[in-house]
Amino acid sequence: MKTRIHVTLKNGVLDPQGKAIHHALESLGFDGVNDVRQGKLIELDLDDSVSDEDIEAMCRKLLANMVIENFEIVRPQTEDA
Amino acid sequence: MKSAVIVFPGSNCDRDMAVALEHATGAKPQMVWHRETELPDGLGLIALPGGFSYGDYLRSGAIGANSPIMREVKAAADRGVAILGVCNGFQLLTEAGLLPGALLRNAGIDFICRDVALTVASSQTAFTSRYQSDEAITIPVAHHDGNYFADDETLDRIEGEGRVAFRYGESVNGSARDIAGIVNETGNVLGMMPHPERMIEPAHGGMDGKRLFDGLVEALG
Repeated sequence: MKTRIHVTLKNGVLDPQGKAIHHALESLGFDGVNDVRQGKLIELDLDDSVSDEDIEAMCRKLLANMVIENFEIVRPQTEDA
Repeated sequence: MKSAVIVFPGSNCDRDMAVALEHATGAKPQMVWHRETELPDGLGLIALPGGFSYGDYLRSGAIGANSPIMREVKAAADRGVAILGVCNGFQLLTEAGLLPGALLRNAGIDFICRDVALTVASSQTAFTSRYQSDEAITIPVAHHDGNYFADDETLDRIEGEGRVAFRYGESVNGSARDIAGIVNETGNVLGMMPHPERMIEPAHGGMDGKRLFDGLVEALG
């Protein structure tokens, strides 16, 4: 079962990579981009036995750094909905 | 005094660190591979060197912070053994939860590799005893993720407790309150982005890093 983890920087944490992407989009002539924030998408192929609590523990212990990042767990059923 | 350098896949300042420790302690440090599950007996000092452990995958220091030896490093820190983390070593210490905060991508995006002016924020730590408080020194940095971040409450706390060891004396990487190095609550763990091991011989262009090692060895007796 494929489960996706979206890891994003918390509000207020400077994202120089997002800023660089923003500038690049502007230099390509794309107007109307107000802001860009860059995050990570981590795809896990999981046994059905893995619980939501397990996935949350994976995020807190390793996949996200809770000092600077938030995470969102997107399981297949919620993604298809 | 016995010392050790932890070596991760991707460490690249481990041998420089070993030379600095040998000069200061008079004995070669033990080089300990990160997969080891035990530290040598009787260590007084453990160094986490600079480099790119695991290629900075996921986040700088994130994978290495979960290497088997880090359980022993944490236990040693709890026993009061001195831990020195430089550059990637600082990132490893924050990821391992031994120091607060995190090291973000440099505010100016560029990798920065040059000598920088530092101010010794406190000479009251075991790591800074050979410096004067507010003394200006020069030590090189070489990092992409050196932008120190912590929430305001944490920053106020570590400043209030005198735990900022070094600050940048010039604009470098966007670090909160110009923080370049901090110690833990008990003062036996230092993390810093600049590389003191690269300023220990006249041929390095300066000796400002040498006093950190000499002072630390003296303080540890």
